[in-house]
Amino acid sequence: MPYLGGEETVRELRRALSNPNVQSDPLRYRNTILKVIRTMSQGVDVSGLFSEMVKACATVDVVQKKLVYVFLCSYATLNPELSLLVINTLRKDCQDPNPMVRSLALRNMTNLRLPSLVEYVEQPLTAGLRDRAACVRRVAVLGWAKLHNLHPSSEIDAAVVNELYSLLRDPDPVVMVNCLRALEEILKEEGGIAINKPITHHLLNRLKECDIWGQSEVLRVLQRYRPQSEDELFDILSLLDSFLVSPHPPVMAATLSLFLSISSNLPVISLAALERVSGPLLAACGSGSREMRFAAVCHIQLLLRSVPGLLGPHYKRFFCGYAEPAYIKERKMQVLVELVNDENVAMILDELKGYCTDVNTDTAQAAISAIGRIGRSYSDRCLQILTGLLGLKQDHITSAVVQTMRDLVWVCPQCSDTVCLALDGCEETLQDIQGRQALLWLLGVYGERISTAPYTLEVLIDRVRSEASLGIKMELLTATMRLFLCRPAETQDMLGRLLHYCIEEETDMCVRDQALLYYRLLHCGIEKTREVLQGRRSDPSLGVLIGRPAKPVSQWARCFNTLEPLSQGAVEAESDSRGSPEHVTYNSKPNADLSDTLSCSHIEEVHSGSDSAMRCSDSSTNVLASSIAAPLSLSLSPAVSPEDFEHLWLQRQALHTERGNEMEGYIEN
Amino acid sequence: MISQVFILSSKGDHLIYKDFRGGAGNDIVSIFYEKVTALTGDQPPVVMNHKDIYFVHIRQGGLYWVATTTAGSSPFTITEFLNRLAALVKDYCGSLSEKSVQMNFALIYELLDEIVDYGYIQTTSSDVLKNFIQTEAVTSRPFSLFDLSNVGLFGAETQQSKVAPSSAATRPIQSSREQGGKSEIFVDVIERMTVVIGSNGLLMKADVEGEIRVKCYMPSCSEMRIGLNEEFSIGKSQLRGYGAAVRVDECSFHQAVRLDEFDSHRILRLCPSQGEQTVMQYQLSDDLPSALPFRLFPTIERDNGGRLLMYMKLRCDLPPKSLSQELSSPDQSAELKPQSRAVVWKIARFAGGTQLSALFKLEVPSLSSASMLEVGPVGLSFELPKITATGLQIRFLRLSPIQPGPSQRWVRYVTHSDSYTIRI
Repeated sequence: MPYLGGEETVRELRRALSNPNVQSDPLRYRNTILKVIRTMSQGVDVSGLFSEMVKACATVDVVQKKLVYVFLCSYATLNPELSLLVINTLRKDCQDPNPMVRSLALRNMTNLRLPSLVEYVEQPLTAGLRDRAACVRRVAVLGWAKLHNLHPSSEIDAAVVNELYSLLRDPDPVVMVNCLRALEEILKEEGGIAINKPITHHLLNRLKECDIWGQSEVLRVLQRYRPQSEDELFDILSLLDSFLVSPHPPVMAATLSLFLSISSNLPVISLAALERVSGPLLAACGSGSREMRFAAVCHIQLLLRSVPGLLGPHYKRFFCGYAEPAYIKERKMQVLVELVNDENVAMILDELKGYCTDVNTDTAQAAISAIGRIGRSYSDRCLQILTGLLGLKQDHITSAVVQTMRDLVWVCPQCSDTVCLALDGCEETLQDIQGRQALLWLLGVYGERISTAPYTLEVLIDRVRSEASLGIKMELLTATMRLFLCRPAETQDMLGRLLHYCIEEETDMCVRDQALLYYRLLHCGIEKTREVLQGRRSDPSLGVLIGRPAKPVSQWARCFNTLEPLSQGAVEAESDSRGSPEHVTYNSKPNADLSDTLSCSHIEEVHSGSDSAMRCSDSSTNVLASSIAAPLSLSLSPAVSPEDFEHLWLQRQALHTERGNEMEGYIEN
Repeated sequence: MISQVFILSSKGDHLIYKDFRGGAGNDIVSIFYEKVTALTGDQPPVVMNHKDIYFVHIRQGGLYWVATTTAGSSPFTITEFLNRLAALVKDYCGSLSEKSVQMNFALIYELLDEIVDYGYIQTTSSDVLKNFIQTEAVTSRPFSLFDLSNVGLFGAETQQSKVAPSSAATRPIQSSREQGGKSEIFVDVIERMTVVIGSNGLLMKADVEGEIRVKCYMPSCSEMRIGLNEEFSIGKSQLRGYGAAVRVDECSFHQAVRLDEFDSHRILRLCPSQGEQTVMQYQLSDDLPSALPFRLFPTIERDNGGRLLMYMKLRCDLPPKSLSQELSSPDQSAELKPQSRAVVWKIARFAGGTQLSALFKLEVPSLSSASMLEVGPVGLSFELPKITATGLQIRFLRLSPIQPGPSQRWVRYVTHSDSYTIRI
């Protein structure tokens, strides 16, 4: 943050620092230094005061020393020469009778991060390892790690490594844990500290002496250990059992991680551990700190993957508090969906229904889609709620409901009757693109059962000129085509108009291309068109849905107790915005706006572009059919240079206009 | 492992920045703030990343407390650390606010220096830290005993900003040393209620999360014994005593608590360290021993003029205090918050056994019968002093050996609403 008048301030501070009157008055001196640090915190560059501050370092006042060190460590890298002056003071402080001063000097000596100073630092660090005071040893041990990272390539003295190994037996638990940390860094290239049986057992026996930070560190390092026998394994597990139910979430999580890693080939043990840990995890879900709640809920989602029924009786703990932030609410709803069973479904749905009218639209939409997910197993109740929500005539709610219904119908075709009845009149409320796209898909696929479908489409077709969204136009084309197949009499006229507009006036290539494709498809005869357009109406991979299969623990054990579960969005592969559901099942690309079938036919056309138009449409038809039958992998870059592409394109364009006029007549007939 | 720690004000001012591992650009703070402000939602997610750098942050005291780390770090550890850091800063500076952090930046740098070395957490125990921390805390306002008259609660996080924290316990822990006076100890029983009442008036969920917190201003550590209700029982099966049992489902203790007298006499023994610590946490689901503190009887109607009429009758079922003065007209206010689409009804005081009614008339454009469904739920936030929902009481509080000089012991109870929802 640039700060006006920064130079003036620095000049004034320098004057004050070098004023002998100030220097002789400890309190004034300290206050001036305080001002320097304050200015530094505000983002002003005060590095110009380095030499004055170096002088201020030589003092008996510990507070002043600490302040000066904060300054020096921030600017040392900019002034390597001047920093040499500090080293003398620091080395002298390392001999100070007061252990606090010694540890302070040692820590800051290593914090200067100057490779040129290494030779001066090594000797005090070696002495520090044997210091009487534990606080000095703590600093010295980590100091070696800092030193090593300044020169990652240089070999560190084997004697030091040995000394660090022996300090694992230091009476002070923090020194022990710091040794672990330092050795992990120094020996990184060899895969970290050697975790053998004696070290493991030593660490485990001393675990109780450490504080929670030390415990979690030790437990993390021990994950590398593999017990040699089953007896040893069980000894370790029983020793760790009390840590598994620790009231401190960091320890509990680290212990579970260790459990899962050392008993990875004993699934029974892992499952038992999950059961045991659910209590403390639930307690963390009710923690006063909402960030902690969030972490706990995210990890519970991991657990549920392997033991879906684990927390069924505790489902009420995942009801959202009204003051909770949206990111927690969303995760809690995802958990609630997992926990649904015959006993609690009524309660959970009732609760979720309450969230659907939340002021936060994201929460409301998440609640609606959660109801939709439950609808896969309990469709009647859920559809009743969803239909009720349509009555509210709120655009964001209606949009979410229609999208949810589309997804529901895709997996549960038996719901389609209710959905068809409910859709009537939605188009007036719908505003956003995703919602309208979903409605169009439903109108296309279930057009024969929705009496008003042609009229709804007609309104949209009349307004297509002012339509800005690409996705809507393409969905509209497909929907109209599908409707034409089942209700030709009512749709023929509007389909002609739509195709005419899209081919003649539309500027977007994708829309034009799709319109042309359909146009030629009609040319191939109604049977062919039906074959291509009336694909599946439901997901063929889903049979009757009875809970989700439990996944093995090993699938997620690696990312337990890392940031991964917190940063990834929804656990399920449920993309937020997309066109029609049939694309989703074959599609892992996030932007489904460009429908896949289209882009692949597009590429194909470019390759065979110089052939006759008739053959071309044939080939794209085949591609379309095959795209429905088998998963496709798309190449993102067609092997055509821009110039070639333009050439082909112009060639084809001429052909199209010709044929386009012919075809127009055909449809009109 | 923590690479950097920084504290930002809600407006994005850099208050504290400490780089433990080196090598990170100074723009990392701005990157974080951009990420936070770029989001449209009201609350940014806890974890965000920029390339390989992961930001974990918490919000406390209106500030962002941020740690940067790598993907493999434990979220529990980092979150707990940030919470602990905030608690320590609160202990040392007296209160948590932009102002107190700004005034005490030197102290906070010193604290950070002792707590974390090279990105590794060294210690957060206030017993250890008190030997190392030399800087004096600066408080904006001197501590005065008069403030004790309205003893509220220190650490209790309330959702209501209107509940002013009492200043009794918002003073730096170290000042007692110099002021040479007051050795005090506060023991608070704090419970948070989560309640959902269905539209049919039935209780759908009632959870209580409780904790006993000790805040100690005694310079020298002596053993303390806290006696709980004799009939206190844990779990479903085991019931004790003949009176009404005080039951909790689960209960956990701070590691420094010795429980040798707990089974027989329900006594906790510990040597409190300076500052604040949670001695015991417990939790109870669904089966509350007492009646709910508040019941609401709502009636929602639509009148001929297309107005929404909300008639609320709120009853407080707490035992009436015998000498309650403020019965008839507590000062209330109501306000419409268009942004959150809510009516806020504020009631300053509400005596037990009384009842309040309110009628809200709302002009809603294009009010349909369907939009009646959108009304609700009602959320109550409150603080109930001197009451615990579980009935947990502290029988006695003994310090041994007897403190020389004057010492004061305070026991306080409070129940907060974590989320008290009534569906309509």
